[in-house]
Amino acid sequence: MRSLRRALRSVRWYVRELTDESAYDRYVAHVREDHPQAPVPTRRAFERMRTDRQEKDPRQGFRCC
Amino acid sequence: MRTANVRTIVIWTLVALVGATGWAVLALARGEDVSAAWMVAAALGSYAIGYRFYSKFIAHKVLKVDATRATPAERLNNGIDFHPTDRRVLLGHHFAAIAGAGPLVGPVLAAQMGYLPGTIWIITGVIFAGAVQDMVVLFFSTRRDGRSLGQLAREEIGPFGGAAALIAAFAIMIILLGVLALVIVNALAASPWGTFSIAMTVPIALLMGFYLRVLRPGRVSEVSLIGVGLLLLALIAGRWVAESSWAGTFTLAPSTLVVWLVAYGFIASILPVWMLLAPRDYLSTFMKIGTILLLALGVVIALPTLKMDAVTDFASRGDGPVFAGSLFPFVFITIACGALSGFHALISSGTTPKMIQKETQVRMIGYGSMLMESSVAIMALVAASIIDPGLYFAMNAPAGVIGTTVDNASQVVGSWGYSISPAELAQAAKNVEEASLLSRTGGAPTLAVGVSEIFSKVTGGSLRAFWYHFAIMFEALFILTALDAGTRVGRFMLQDMLGNVYRPFKNISWKPGLVLTSAIVCALWGYFLWVGVHEPLGGINQLFPIFGISNQLLAAVALAVCTTLLVKSGRLKWAWITGVPLAWDATVTLTASFQKVFSSDPRVGFFKQRSVFQDAIDDGKVLPPAKSMDDMHTVVTNSTVDGILTAVLALLIVVVIADSLRVCVRHVRRPALSTLSEAPYVESRIVAPAGLIPTRKEKEEARDAVTSSSA
Repeated sequence: MRSLRRALRSVRWYVRELTDESAYDRYVAHVREDHPQAPVPTRRAFERMRTDRQEKDPRQGFRCC
Repeated sequence: MRTANVRTIVIWTLVALVGATGWAVLALARGEDVSAAWMVAAALGSYAIGYRFYSKFIAHKVLKVDATRATPAERLNNGIDFHPTDRRVLLGHHFAAIAGAGPLVGPVLAAQMGYLPGTIWIITGVIFAGAVQDMVVLFFSTRRDGRSLGQLAREEIGPFGGAAALIAAFAIMIILLGVLALVIVNALAASPWGTFSIAMTVPIALLMGFYLRVLRPGRVSEVSLIGVGLLLLALIAGRWVAESSWAGTFTLAPSTLVVWLVAYGFIASILPVWMLLAPRDYLSTFMKIGTILLLALGVVIALPTLKMDAVTDFASRGDGPVFAGSLFPFVFITIACGALSGFHALISSGTTPKMIQKETQVRMIGYGSMLMESSVAIMALVAASIIDPGLYFAMNAPAGVIGTTVDNASQVVGSWGYSISPAELAQAAKNVEEASLLSRTGGAPTLAVGVSEIFSKVTGGSLRAFWYHFAIMFEALFILTALDAGTRVGRFMLQDMLGNVYRPFKNISWKPGLVLTSAIVCALWGYFLWVGVHEPLGGINQLFPIFGISNQLLAAVALAVCTTLLVKSGRLKWAWITGVPLAWDATVTLTASFQKVFSSDPRVGFFKQRSVFQDAIDDGKVLPPAKSMDDMHTVVTNSTVDGILTAVLALLIVVVIADSLRVCVRHVRRPALSTLSEAPYVESRIVAPAGLIPTRKEKEEARDAVTSSSA
């Protein structure tokens, strides 16, 4: 039972990392650690900033044939 | 000296034996049934040995990867694009980025020469060229803060070679988009089921985009699950539509599809990323990884028998209906992705080097991902080789050659030595609920038939038509995403180039510039698409070689950059690691370009083709497969354009190689003149394993790191 739960947790971790769903959590942790005084954007604002960056440089996240 | 223990020796001897047995059976079997299991054995055995020995040698002896050196992800960590990413996650990211339609289409077309040449090239090519290129580019880009291939070329070779590389990359992007779109058109033409399901992906993506932007920002997994569910629903609904009175609305002629696709490419590329591109990308990535896993399982469970000959007569005669030209050099340019693909260098010098935790991981991520992609190419080759060869040729020969009726096709294919009756051809189309399978060129429909064959062996024949359309949908999905993303990248390059002439273009958010450059890019690839659809000689037949040549030329640029960097960084002794693949790639590609330009065989040489048709026009004659004088003029125009394009591409690459050779020679003579723009050494504080499974030593290091940081 415990090992099953652990397996499920690692699957969830992998999926969240692979889809970049964890990007916001990672960013918040980064800001907290490196710039403790800086304000943390809301998730909504953060996700907008991320797509805006991709808009600016379409080579980000480009995929192959 | 370190000695290997007995267990290691036994294990690797067994792996070598498995691989060698696979190769022996493939090479020696003639005229008897060969199971796909041998192909899988040869591939996996060779990959394992290549990875364990050759990639380790390159990583430690040649590149001298340094686990103590901080990567850009660690030094420049900004929590967004630069951040140290777990190696297993990055492997998934990198693989999803490099694998696309390429490794699925090329091997299918190359199967016209038999399964053996393709198998040999895919496996040896990836071990000695493709995977090496990906890993070495990734390493050098990581040492240079994740610089792109274009920047590397400019900084390390010079502005002249750099500019040539940039123009080549732009031209290659246009051809790539045109050919990929052509693959889609050939798969969806006159297929209401396929067209409906693919059309539905647009509203599904819009819905997902809205969900992620407005309802629940960032919840990618849940929205992807919803999206995949809707996608499967659209696939099932496609059958209902095809059987209903709406069928006519979704039965589109190729030229109508061209208009739709170009319009789609243009509109999608000027919409905000969040609306269509980002959600589509989630969908296609999910489908891609899922389907590749399913296919691998299917091949291993079903272990189908190969029906194609090991080597067909077309290999030596060079008159194959799928693409003209003999085995050397044309197999090596037809199969690009899966063996050696220049496009991967763009990924290996793009997002991946900004996320890698440790230099030691370039082996697993660069070399390992490429081996995975190569196995996808092997699966595509299996799928193309297990269907009846008669059906294969009827599906892949242009209509100008085999005609438009099953009787005619059966007769022509029979004259090549592959018997298939008209009834069998009609039945094959009926099995997958398509009106016809004749001349469905481009590789995607053939692959889909092969996939449906493999999957229905596992799930039962009643689902055959569903699996066929599933495979079509899966390829169309990421080709459409590539059209959107590729148009954006092409636009970005164009904005940059035009910005040098008229300043405002440099501002990529300047709306008129954005719309104009998008329109130019779409018009350019739309032109090739239009030409491909209306080409009397068969669009894939004419354009795929140019696509292959351009992709391999990009690989030549990447390998030239790698070789120059090896020489300049004091690794002259090891320059052959990328130098030999470069020499091979340049030989193959320049030979192919030369033949495409100068060959006196009108099926191969574009200019000979042009003069034959021009002479006929002057005499007032119509040559088959052209049906009218208009067709004749089309052939003349297209051959001219194709010939000039091939020549220009070849010339650009000769410039890049010559320029990098100049830099290498200068470095050997007067090393003081060279500059290296490597980022300075900073000690790494991250502890992370190099490979997929941590060694005992790495586990101890990780434990020590935890205890020392908590103390």
